[in-house]
Amino acid sequence: MAYSDKVIEHYENPRNVGTLDKNDPNVGTGLVGAPACGDVMRLQLKITDEGIIEDAKFKTFGCGSAIASSSLVTEWVKGKTVDQAMTISNKEVAKELSLPPVKIHCSVLAEDAIKAAIEDFKKKRQARQGKQSAS
Amino acid sequence: MKLPIYMDNHATTPLDPRVLEAMLPYLREDFGNAASRNHAFGWKAEAAVDKARKQVAELIGASDKEIVFTSGATESDNLAIKGVLEFYKDKGDHIITLKTEHKAVLDTCKRLERIRQERLDELKMLRLSQLAETDVTQDNLAELSAKYRIEEDAQYQKWASRPTGGARVTYLDVEKDGRVNLEQLAAAITDKTVLVSVMFANNEIGTVQPIAEIGKLCRERGVLFHCDAVQGIGKLPFHVDELKVDLVSISAHKMYGPKGVGALYVRRKPRVRIAPIIDGGGHERGMRSGTLNVAAIVGFGKAAELAREELAEESARIFRLREKLRTGIMSQLDMLTINGSLEHRLPGNLNISFAYVEGEALMMSIKDVAVSSGSACTSASLEPSYVLRACGVEEDMAHSSIRFGIGRFNTEEEVDFVVRLVVDKVRKLRDMSPLYEMAKDGIDLKSIEWTAH
Repeated sequence: MAYSDKVIEHYENPRNVGTLDKNDPNVGTGLVGAPACGDVMRLQLKITDEGIIEDAKFKTFGCGSAIASSSLVTEWVKGKTVDQAMTISNKEVAKELSLPPVKIHCSVLAEDAIKAAIEDFKKKRQARQGKQSAS
Repeated sequence: MKLPIYMDNHATTPLDPRVLEAMLPYLREDFGNAASRNHAFGWKAEAAVDKARKQVAELIGASDKEIVFTSGATESDNLAIKGVLEFYKDKGDHIITLKTEHKAVLDTCKRLERIRQERLDELKMLRLSQLAETDVTQDNLAELSAKYRIEEDAQYQKWASRPTGGARVTYLDVEKDGRVNLEQLAAAITDKTVLVSVMFANNEIGTVQPIAEIGKLCRERGVLFHCDAVQGIGKLPFHVDELKVDLVSISAHKMYGPKGVGALYVRRKPRVRIAPIIDGGGHERGMRSGTLNVAAIVGFGKAAELAREELAEESARIFRLREKLRTGIMSQLDMLTINGSLEHRLPGNLNISFAYVEGEALMMSIKDVAVSSGSACTSASLEPSYVLRACGVEEDMAHSSIRFGIGRFNTEEEVDFVVRLVVDKVRKLRDMSPLYEMAKDGIDLKSIEWTAH
C-alpha cells in the first residue's frame, strides 16, 4: 500500500516527539490504543491557566499513519484553546493525510488522544481547585 | 551496492538469469504445444517438458513419471488435498493438518469442512421433513433437530455415514518453536483419517518440520502424507523416499524460477491416486488437464537443476549471511525475540520481534530494504500473523515482527547495510515509542488497562 506524501513527510520528520512532565499540574496526558492492536498513542499537552495549549508532545507505537496522525495533531493543537482543540475531528486528520479506509482508525486514535489529554488536564485542575477551596 | 535491497525471498525470488536464458527459445521460435503429437513443433515442446520433468524429479529423488505440472503450489495443495479426499472417499474423510500451514492448505480444508456441513444439513432437512411432515428450512432446522434427536436417528446416521464430498479436519497446535508435536499427531489419527498435510518449512518463521518422522508415522498407520514443501525445496535436502512422503507441492518462483508454474509429486510405489480438480484434455496422465506452460516448465526444470547442483554450497553461504544479520542486530539492540526454532530453521530465514516497535512502521523506515511483517496492519482485519499467534507469540509482539528472507543474490555488503539501517531505525522508533519509555521506567505494560479499538 502506498502512503500519501503528507504521511511520509510527517513520518520522516515527526514534529514534537518527546515527553512532558506528567506530574506538572499544567500538563494533561492522554494514553490511548492498545499494544495488542498495534497502536498506542501518548499525547501530552501543556495548558496555561487561561486554557491555551502552549506545548504538545507525543510518543506513538504504531504504523506510519499512526505516527503521522499524532505528529499532525501536535501541530494543530498548539496555540489553540482547549475548547477549540476539542473540536478537532478524526475526519479532518484523515482528510489532511489522505488516509485510506484501513487507516482511518489511526485518525480516530489521534482525536481520542486529544480528548484524553484534555480530560486528564481538567481532572487535575478540578482536583487542585478542590484542594484549594478545602484549605 | 544497489538500492532497494531485496530481502523478502520467502515471498518470491528473482529469476536466475540462467533460467531466463533457458526459457527464451520457448517464448520465441519453439512455441509448440507439447500435446501436438504429429509435428516437429510439438515434438520439440514435448522433449523440453520431458527434460524439465526429469530435472524437477531429480531434485527430490523422484521418478519423472511422478511429477504433475501445475500452475503453482496453491493449485498443487488444492489438487493433493481435494484429489486424495475424493479418490479415497470410501476409506474415510478425515484430514489432519497444522494451524501454521499456508492458506492454500488451510482454506482448502475449510472449504471441505463447509461442504460436509452443508451436505449433513441437507440430509437432516430431508429426514426431518419425513419425521415432522412439514417443510424444514435453515430457520427451523436447529429446533426440529433437537425435537427429533436427529443425531440419534438410525436413518439419518445411515445417510450421514456415506461420503459427503467434504471432510472433517483436525488443525493441530504447534509447539512454541513452531514444530508439530508428534505424539499429538499420532493421537489424532483415526480409522477415518485419509491424509496428513504438514509443510516442510514455514513461510513466516522458517521452522522446519520433522518430515521423516511424520512420513514414518503415516506409513505405519496407512495414512497418506502430503507435504507443502514450497519453502524448503532447493534450500535443504529433500528426498521423497527417505522422507516417505506421498504427495509434495513445489513452486518454481520460490527457487529462482518463473511464477505461474509448480508441481505436485504423486508417489507411484506404493501407488497414490488422486481425482483431478480440473477436467479437460487429460494432460499430465489425467491428473491435470490444460495445455502445458512450456516456457515456464523449462524454466522450472532449469531452476531445479541449479538448485540441486548448488544447494550445499549456496545454503552454507546463505546461512552465514543469515547469522551475520542475526548476530549483527542482536548484539546492538535489546528486547528482541527470535520467532520460531533457531535449530530447525531455513538457512535464509530470520523472523524477529522488535519489542515496542510496530512492524509496519519499521518497514516504512527501512524502505530501501524489502522485507515483510507479521503485523497485518494493512489488511482490513488488523489481525496480526496467525502463524505467530499459533506459536504463542503475544499480539503486540506479533505486530512487532519482521521477516527477513536471504536468498541467492544477497551479498555480505547488503547484510552489513541492513544491520546498520535496522539498528538505527529501531532506536529512532523506540525513542518515539511510549511503550519503550514505559518499559524502561519499569512499568509493567500488562498492568495497564488499554482501550482496545
